[in-house]
Parts: sequence; structure tokens; C-alpha cells
Amino acid sequence: MSREWPLWEIFIRSQHGLAHKHVGSLHAPDAEMAIKNARDVYTRRNEGVSIWAVKSSDIVASSPGEKEPMFEPASSKVYRHPTFFPMPDEVKHI
Amino acid sequence: MNDAKSLFEYLLRLADSDLILAQRLGEWVGHGPVLEEDIATTNVGLDLLGQSRLWFAYAGEVEARCNGTGRSEDELAFLRDAGEFRNLMLAEQPNGNYADTMARQFYFDAWHELLLRGLTASTDARIAEIAAKALKEVRYHIERSADWVIRLGDGTEESHRRMQAAVDGLWMYTGEMFEVDAIELALIDAGIACDARTLAAPWRERVRAIFADATLAVPTGTWMQGSGGRGGKQGVHTEHIGPMLAQMQWLQRAYPGAQW
Repeated sequence: MSREWPLWEIFIRSQHGLAHKHVGSLHAPDAEMAIKNARDVYTRRNEGVSIWAVKSSDIVASSPGEKEPMFEPASSKVYRHPTFFPMPDEVKHI
Repeated sequence: MNDAKSLFEYLLRLADSDLILAQRLGEWVGHGPVLEEDIATTNVGLDLLGQSRLWFAYAGEVEARCNGTGRSEDELAFLRDAGEFRNLMLAEQPNGNYADTMARQFYFDAWHELLLRGLTASTDARIAEIAAKALKEVRYHIERSADWVIRLGDGTEESHRRMQAAVDGLWMYTGEMFEVDAIELALIDAGIACDARTLAAPWRERVRAIFADATLAVPTGTWMQGSGGRGGKQGVHTEHIGPMLAQMQWLQRAYPGAQW
């Protein structure tokens, strides 16, 4: 068994936000300590109202090497972008 | 001793235990066992420092009522000598290893939480307000230190051995927390101070419960340091406070009034 504590990714929901946002990572021996450490490392300046901690090893990530097939679709398919709808000027925040 | 003088003494007792323990915890900066603990432990220290400032500010105002002039927070913190400090002896004990630090913290937090709860009912509105504010922070402190006592006590053979040695070694400094002297008795009668004698039973129960989870034996020693009105609260201290004050105060001593 490794002597290092496992790494956790920390997500904080801010005072005004609805979604938890990734703020960084830290080491902790278990979930309970991960929450406590996150509280001390990331929320001491009124940043948040809720904390999620996820073991880094449990996160499935896309591979950087697959950037082209994953994220560069042909830009000729303009119909994929909803840019053809007339938008009244009064409508904001879209 | 008149009422305002007694109140000033009592406020110093509250302020000094917070300040001295904060200074001890601050000594861990950059030396914590892991980065996260370094930050967490010194956060607790900063909470206590903030609380001590609230008590000092009030103490200075009360002192002004007695003498016409009251000392500032900085003067009270940095320009008094060891014999003028009113903190519990427990607070000034050296950090030792991490088990020693967490044992000291747990004993203190368990008492501190009970004390502040009691003080929220003080007839002195300012004391009740400060206690209510501090209690929010201390409820987290006790959760953390109790957690570490359990983790280390119920951890490896080595961590268990060290945690047991830590709680045994500091036990004799816990008696002072539940003693009252003439100064406190007068304030208790007036409903201003919390009667520390009433905190002993719930404190012991907390210690018993946490130590049971931690597989630690509750120390059985009955001889206590600083009992009989000759403790830290009366200005009698262990040898550890001197070097600590030298470190804490040298800047204000060498450069009086220095600010940053």
C-alpha cells in the first residue's frame, strides 16, 4: 500500500452559483478528511456554501492525444450552431 | 477587587489562553506533517488569534473604566511579561509531536466549547456576543481535534503509543480548567462569568467517549498542576512560556509601536 494519501479533486459551489466548480486538488486519507481539508484550504474566505470531493482516480478523462477526433468537428456543418434564429434585442443573457 | 477590575482579569484569562495557544499553533507554519494539515492547524490558530483580539479590545475598554486609560490590543499582547499572563498552563505547553499538539488541542477545545456555550448566556451582552461568534469556530475546532485523537489513537501501533503518551503527559494540566477563584466567584454570582466547575462533568464525558473510540485509556491521575489558585490564571506558569514570549514579543520590544 502506498504511504501517500490519495489525491482528491475539490468542487465548490459558490454563494451565488448553482453549479459546483473545480477549484483544485488536495491529499487526504479518506472522504471525511478530504471535506475538512477542502474547507480549510479552499473556503476560508467565504468562497462557498457546498463542497464536493471526488477521488482523482475515479475521474475518467478524455485523452489529450485525441484532441482532433474529439474536439475538431468539420466546421462546414454550420447547422450545428444555433445561429440562425433572430433574437429580439430585449432578450438578454443568452 | 472592584467589579471592573475583576472583569478585566477575567477577560485577560479568556484572551490569553486564546493568544498563547494561537502562538503555539503558529509555530507549525511550514512544519506541518502535510501541506493540508499545515494550513488547517494554522487556520485554527488564526481563529483563536481573532478571538483573543475581541477579548483584548473589550479588556482594554474595561481597563479604561478602572484607570482612565486602557491598553491597546497590541500593548496587552506584546508588552506584558510572563507573570502578567493569565492563560491556562495547558495552552503554553510545547507542540511536541503531532499527537502532543492534537492532544493539547482536544483537551482545550472540549473545554473551550463548553465554556463559550456557557458564556453565550452571560448577563454581560458584550461577552455573550463574542462567545456566540467564537463558538461557531470552536465547534469546528473540536470536530477536527477529536477526529485526530481517534485517528492516531486507533491508528497504527506507533501512533497509538504516541497518542496515549500525549494524553497522559498533558493530563495534569487539565485540572486548572475547572477551578474558580475569588475573582471568578464574584463574576459568577453576577451572572457574568461561566462557572467552570460545572464544565468538569460534561468535559470528562466527552473525553471518555472520544477516547473509547480512539482505543485510548483515560488517564487516572488526580494530582493537577496549578490547582489551589496557583495556576496560569493567577499568573503562575511553567518554564515554557518565557522562551515563547521572547519569540512572540521581540519585534514590539525591539521596535516599539512598529506596524506593517
